[in-house]
Amino acid sequence: MTNNDDLAQNANLEPNPGEKKEMKTQTTPHSLADVASSREIKQPGTKPLGSGLEARGVHAWFGAKHALKDVTLDFAAGTVTALIGPSGCGKSTFLRTLNRMHEFIPTAALAGEVLLGGKDIYAAGTDVTKIRLRIGMVFQKPNPFPSMTIGQNVLSGIKLAQLKVSNTDDLLEECLTRAGLWEEAKDRLNEHASALSGGQQQRLCIARSLAVRPEVLLMDEPCSALDPGSTFRIEQTISELSQTMTIVIVTHNMQQAARVSDYSAFMLSDGGPGELIEVAPTTELFSRPRDKRTEDYVTGRFG
Amino acid sequence: MTDTQIPARIELVTKPRRSDQFFRFVVTTGGMSSLIILGLIFAFLAYRGLGVLRVEGFGFLTNSDWSVVEDENSNIVSQDYGLAAMLVGTILSATIAVLVGVPIAVLSALFLEFYAGRKIRNILIGLIDLMAAFPSILFGLWGFMVLMPSAEYWAKLLNKYFGWIPVFDVPVPFFTRSPFIAGLVLAIMIIPICTSISREVFSQTPLDRIQAAYALGATRFSMIRAVVLPFGRGGIVGGAMLGLGRAMGETVAVYTVLNVVYQVNWQVLFGAGGNIATLIILKFGEADREEINALMAAGLVLFLLTLVVNGVANILVSRLGKVGR
Amino acid sequence: MSTTTIKPGRPWEPTAKERSQKGLNLLIAVALSLVLLFVTGLNGKLGWVAAFFFSYVSVSFIAEYRRAGKPAAQDSLLTSISRFAIFLAIIPIVSILATVISKGWRGLHWGLFTQDMSEATVNSPIQEGGMLAAIVGTLIMVGLALLFTLPIAILTALYLTEIKGKFARPIRFLVQAMSGVPSIVAGLFILSSIVYPVTGERSGLMGALALSILMIPTVARTAEEVLLLIPNDLREAGLALGATQWRTVAMVVVPAVKSGLVTAIILGIARVIGETAPILLVSGGGDATNFNPVSGPMGSIPFYVWNAFLLGGSEESTQRTWAGLLVLLLWVLILFTIARYISSRSQKR
Repeated sequence: MTNNDDLAQNANLEPNPGEKKEMKTQTTPHSLADVASSREIKQPGTKPLGSGLEARGVHAWFGAKHALKDVTLDFAAGTVTALIGPSGCGKSTFLRTLNRMHEFIPTAALAGEVLLGGKDIYAAGTDVTKIRLRIGMVFQKPNPFPSMTIGQNVLSGIKLAQLKVSNTDDLLEECLTRAGLWEEAKDRLNEHASALSGGQQQRLCIARSLAVRPEVLLMDEPCSALDPGSTFRIEQTISELSQTMTIVIVTHNMQQAARVSDYSAFMLSDGGPGELIEVAPTTELFSRPRDKRTEDYVTGRFG
Repeated sequence: MTDTQIPARIELVTKPRRSDQFFRFVVTTGGMSSLIILGLIFAFLAYRGLGVLRVEGFGFLTNSDWSVVEDENSNIVSQDYGLAAMLVGTILSATIAVLVGVPIAVLSALFLEFYAGRKIRNILIGLIDLMAAFPSILFGLWGFMVLMPSAEYWAKLLNKYFGWIPVFDVPVPFFTRSPFIAGLVLAIMIIPICTSISREVFSQTPLDRIQAAYALGATRFSMIRAVVLPFGRGGIVGGAMLGLGRAMGETVAVYTVLNVVYQVNWQVLFGAGGNIATLIILKFGEADREEINALMAAGLVLFLLTLVVNGVANILVSRLGKVGR
Repeated sequence: MSTTTIKPGRPWEPTAKERSQKGLNLLIAVALSLVLLFVTGLNGKLGWVAAFFFSYVSVSFIAEYRRAGKPAAQDSLLTSISRFAIFLAIIPIVSILATVISKGWRGLHWGLFTQDMSEATVNSPIQEGGMLAAIVGTLIMVGLALLFTLPIAILTALYLTEIKGKFARPIRFLVQAMSGVPSIVAGLFILSSIVYPVTGERSGLMGALALSILMIPTVARTAEEVLLLIPNDLREAGLALGATQWRTVAMVVVPAVKSGLVTAIILGIARVIGETAPILLVSGGGDATNFNPVSGPMGSIPFYVWNAFLLGGSEESTQRTWAGLLVLLLWVLILFTIARYISSRSQKR
């Protein structure tokens, strides 16, 4: 297949996906690596949690502009993967190809496959709404529905997709608890969502995504609009959620990547389309980057 | 610690230069012109119409008789001026226009904003904007020559199958130039403006909310219901009210397709109706001084009616976004 | 090793199979509508459209329900209904254009632009008489109306965007309210305030005044919109250079929106060019060509059409009506195209 040929050409840039999984965690006196190594790295396959996501040779275009080139990346079930890289490297675009939000841009085009549980989500005849139910998304800016109350917001996905739920109260409590908002919100369920602070709104958005029980959660810089305290809460939430689902998080903040992720993928654009430069367990990427460009970025020489 | 002395504030006022003072004076005066013109319209129509209003009193709005009786020497024997039939007719035909036109306009706007491909969308928007620029006489004559024959047939059908509903009943089977047909012409006239207002409102729906809905597995339908409609509600209602105001003030397009009868008629399919603007054009030619004053009073009523409807509409449209944002 | 180039694809667009399914739905709907016509005894174009609409909506609803369940089926319901709505909205405009062009072009002849109706009646042979009086009248009245409108409208727009005085909100509201004033009321106002007490005579000038009342809000609102598009930096840059506000507005702000102001003027003209009611009331409407706006009745294109429609009854008068409407429509089309062209050009910049 063409993808494999391309992979072979890019072999010097990318570690073989198979090899990646066998890498061992090592600690080096590197600050980011220290942060990362303080976490226990989850070995893929040890916990059969939901479905993993696999991107195979994904390209993306906006009109004639080639925005993303040949990204092949596995997100094993039950892991947290951070996508890092400077602005404009295509990491958000890549994230949006993973649950088919990319196609909302009128001139968008795409090549490659994204496999969820082994099935291509772009295959003909796929119901896109069902895909998005299985792959949830949290956006950069908290965006609760302002016309709904807090409780209605959490259950909005159920209503939008017309799912049947036997006990909405339980679901409400469960989602808010998992998102770390239950204690603050349990007495305010009938207030409008706009009454919450920014950080609380973002956790509400996470709870909203959880209500439809996705297997994968995509997060597009979920903390970039929040203060440090709220960021800390969200990171805690991510750690707890990663026990039960696959998470892909785009972040500008390398400290954050180091704190929350099992794997990190570094993407870069040299003016042309964004490419995947290196993917490795997070400690590995921050302590012993294989690529010179990754090293420059993680040590703060550019970006 | 030590109590710091807060220095006295300096007033930051720049005295504009002479040329700027003059500029601001001229522009402000010009800016007040709409107030002045609206005030003058009210004042002059009221001044002219006051005599008639004083004689007829409240009956000007509640009586339906509009007649001037003359003897053989053209001396006026008696005159009666009542606007009730026209008032009811105006509201009736405008309401039909809104009931028919607004749903079509809102759905069209939804289609243009969320369903149409880009090329088709641009062509259709161009056509609808062009239609908004058509003069009313074009609608009037087209309505008379092309629409009315078909509309009469539709009216008969409506009467045949829904005649048991009081408004669709007719005393005698006379369907020509009815409020229903006038309402259809008016509906066609207000569709462009309602469509473009609704479209504008829909296009302002925050993208992040739309995406949030889609990311939760919403179809376009459920996204529109949960996000777009709550956001655009005020704008849709405001657009409908603007259409209502338009429809109430229309003259020539109604003149050609409405049979003016000085009797209150609620049966929309029956060929007897009224319209204040049409009454003015109809009576103006042969009216004497006194009747013209009565027409001025009618114009005043129409002016105030459209002013109120438009005012409410504009408040609703401009309030959009403050709610639910 | 083969190197295949990777082509941009759009996998979310309907596949050939889905397209053919949609085509099949359409065919089934057509067949079903014919059956419905046969069974229910509906007839005529309207009957068929209604039957087709009903069948198409239900066929695609059922197809989607079977393919992807209830939410998708509801979506298809809204899709087909909104398609039908835009279809209904477009029919009249296509019908109007087609009717006016097909019926109007027969009545066109060169004399239309060189003769007036002083020697002919609306029922005379079509070669006699023409629209000269009407065209001259329209040009004079719209031109004069523009002359009155421009300063007032632009000052209003400047007040709303540059002075931003404490009355800006109520003024904006009043301008919007003014755009809803019925044209007949504008006519009555000029009649009661000037024609009866002052001049005692109907004339083109009075027509122009009535038209400008209708024109002011359109021009003012469009001008305000384009002025609001000017970034504040530009104004501050002018003021920071030590220019007075007056010079900043005159040398920086207004030149920056020149094309927008042209659009505003064109939209204003398009708003009033077809106005009939106020012309009937205050300009008198004449058959003879009259170049003097302050004395004597003056005709206009819509008045010509109106006269031919009301006073006629013969085939000639009908032809005159449609020819007049065609000329009016051409004016509107030209103005509309220019406005579109200007705004699309300024959007590209």
